[in-house]
Amino acid sequence: MSTLSLTKSVYEAIRVHGEETYPHECCGALLGTHSAEGWRVVDSVKAGNTRTDSAHNRYSIAPIELVRIQRTAREKGLEIAGFYHSHPDHPAQWSQTDFAEAHWLGCSYVITSVAKAKATVTNSFLLAGTTEEDKRFEQETIDVQDRVQNAPEEMDEQGLQEITSTKDQR
Amino acid sequence: MTIYIPTPLRTFAGGQDAIEIGGATVSEALNSLTSTYPELRKHLFTNEGKVRAFVNLYLNDEDVRYLPEKENSQVSGKDTLSIIPSIAGGR
Repeated sequence: MSTLSLTKSVYEAIRVHGEETYPHECCGALLGTHSAEGWRVVDSVKAGNTRTDSAHNRYSIAPIELVRIQRTAREKGLEIAGFYHSHPDHPAQWSQTDFAEAHWLGCSYVITSVAKAKATVTNSFLLAGTTEEDKRFEQETIDVQDRVQNAPEEMDEQGLQEITSTKDQR
Repeated sequence: MTIYIPTPLRTFAGGQDAIEIGGATVSEALNSLTSTYPELRKHLFTNEGKVRAFVNLYLNDEDVRYLPEKENSQVSGKDTLSIIPSIAGGR
């Protein structure tokens, strides 16, 4: 089983985001670096949910927003490690819709269950496989760390917060 | 032009996140890319040779699907092409 390492601030940020958008689904991207154990996520970027027609049980991120997130990641020396979204009043397990719409092979998909506006369980699933035909979700261990390890230029969380002050705050 | 490769496809592109490639149009640039890195082809195109539905192509900040000439749009050395698989889901 692979491990997804998240800084405490990222872990809390994605859970709070789910509470903020309740009863709608939240969504966003996870930025980090890859190691032998798995992804080390040091930053998250909130994204808008374009599925305003059914935001309580669907999410979608506008591709142009993904282009900009990818650009931001590159400028910071990071990669898009995965994505997160919430399941309002529903378990933190991937759905058939999540699976059908998952195309970022090798990336982590983090799901937080939000029950009555309160974040409960957060799970992560690695989209394993090498093609659309053999892809599968594998549950990951989530390791929440107080400080960033092996981040570019040995940045600590404070340093990252300073350079990420322009990130999307929707 | 520069083609930006998303995280999941870098393993099929020599581990690179950005590749300088020649070509007069988006289509030519993509053909050049997949000629150099053949493993990318099945991830970007259907068996019929069309761009997969979940693969978004952005010429600079413009969705190629909505450009007048689509994949036949002219490109220059300063242009960037971002390959972005879609992100969606829900319970």
